[in-house]
Amino acid sequence: MKEKLVGRLVEALREAATVLPVDVVRALEAARDKEVGPARVQLEAILENVCLAKDNGVPICQDTGTQTFFVRVGTAFPYLEELRTAIPEAVRRATQEVPLRPNTVHPFTKKNPGDNTGRFIPYVTWELVPGDSAEIHLLPKGGGSENCCKLTMLTPAVGIPGVKEVVVEHIANCRGLPCPPTVVGVGVGGGADLSLKLGKLALLRPVGERHPEPEVAALEAELEEMINSLGIGPMGLGGKTTVLAVHVEYAHRHPASLPLGIVVQCWADRRAHVVISPKGEITLTGDA
Amino acid sequence: MERVFETPIAEERIRKLEAGDVIYVSGIIFTARDEAHKVLLERGEPFPLEGLALFHCGPVVRKRGEAWEVIAAGPTTSMRMESLEPRFLRKFKPRVIIGKGGMGAGTLKALVEVGAVYCHFTGGAGALAARAIKGVREVHYLEELGIPEAIWVFEVERFGPLVVAMDSHGRSLYAEVGAVVQKNLEKIRARTKEG
Repeated sequence: MKEKLVGRLVEALREAATVLPVDVVRALEAARDKEVGPARVQLEAILENVCLAKDNGVPICQDTGTQTFFVRVGTAFPYLEELRTAIPEAVRRATQEVPLRPNTVHPFTKKNPGDNTGRFIPYVTWELVPGDSAEIHLLPKGGGSENCCKLTMLTPAVGIPGVKEVVVEHIANCRGLPCPPTVVGVGVGGGADLSLKLGKLALLRPVGERHPEPEVAALEAELEEMINSLGIGPMGLGGKTTVLAVHVEYAHRHPASLPLGIVVQCWADRRAHVVISPKGEITLTGDA
Repeated sequence: MERVFETPIAEERIRKLEAGDVIYVSGIIFTARDEAHKVLLERGEPFPLEGLALFHCGPVVRKRGEAWEVIAAGPTTSMRMESLEPRFLRKFKPRVIIGKGGMGAGTLKALVEVGAVYCHFTGGAGALAARAIKGVREVHYLEELGIPEAIWVFEVERFGPLVVAMDSHGRSLYAEVGAVVQKNLEKIRARTKEG
């Protein structure tokens, strides 16, 4: 089972690096149709690049990112140990086979192991859920957009209007750096670490899908409208499209704190999804 | 206006370009990130750089037998080279700088003086860039600097699209967009205060 898992996870890593999810492609196409001048040139180049990468099976961007796994695993899932050990092995193999750029560096010695693994990396978060299957979301994330993430500990008195102000101002300050049009994940509440994690989890939702709760969905729409009226545009060269979507997630907060985590994802919003059944059947998004 | 520029590019042709134009480059482009800028400024050019295109890029490459194959080669953030670029431009006179995110006032001044332009290549479009790269002519300081930081000399055909974002007359799209964004931000702030 472990060998089979490693093989399928390598395929998922390849898919994430080379095939942009269809919801992101649709959003980029819609943006292209709205733009003129340099903004349109950028979006046309992006879409041509996406096609080339898919057709030739090569990475969409030379920054193939840090490999990040969000695992939701049933408490009765039978292959827990196999899955735990298969993940770093798949990352090592994918680095050679796809290939992925070796991006992990020791912060003190600057040594690069050359296989995208290292202390705590690949980053895996485990969530226990009822049931006997497992579901994995892969999110390889590039350095340029990760450098634009931000944590703010707000005074609760500023409330949601304060949240809006900080998000819009932060994206305005980022200009073209995170390779817009971006997808922005906003985490509200929880705590310092949880708010950023919520921001990242928000990125797993397909572009164009709103949060199920109406107040949260309304905030997403309002933030999108505000940010897109800034005029930053694709690559910061001016235009109507600065974000493809804003996704908000929340957790209950301490009465004295209002943590706000802003996570920025570049236009190459690369993701893959894997489901493992208790019988050992492994399904990838790309199988469909 | 869309034009193809064959290297080496003459100053007069560059002077005709204006911010917002879209161009393509054919011929020779060489990569240099921060470390390579330092090395070239200290030790001099390994071949004449005047009239060529300088690309801020750390490519994904693979060796096939004796030849290098470029797999993905999008631009890196140009601002990291800002402290070195004005001197680099004056000393070596590349006519086109290709990168992403734009550069500062020092580089803009040097572009005007030297007669060169800064062009934006779409960030993340690594496969599109690789398609226009027909071969690796040379690589310099590979041992010393490593793959991403080495100086790669590419033969390219219609490399682009490149948006002229900073021209040789002192115009910068980044500065212009920055001013617009600041004004729009003030408007949004006023709106949220009222609400």
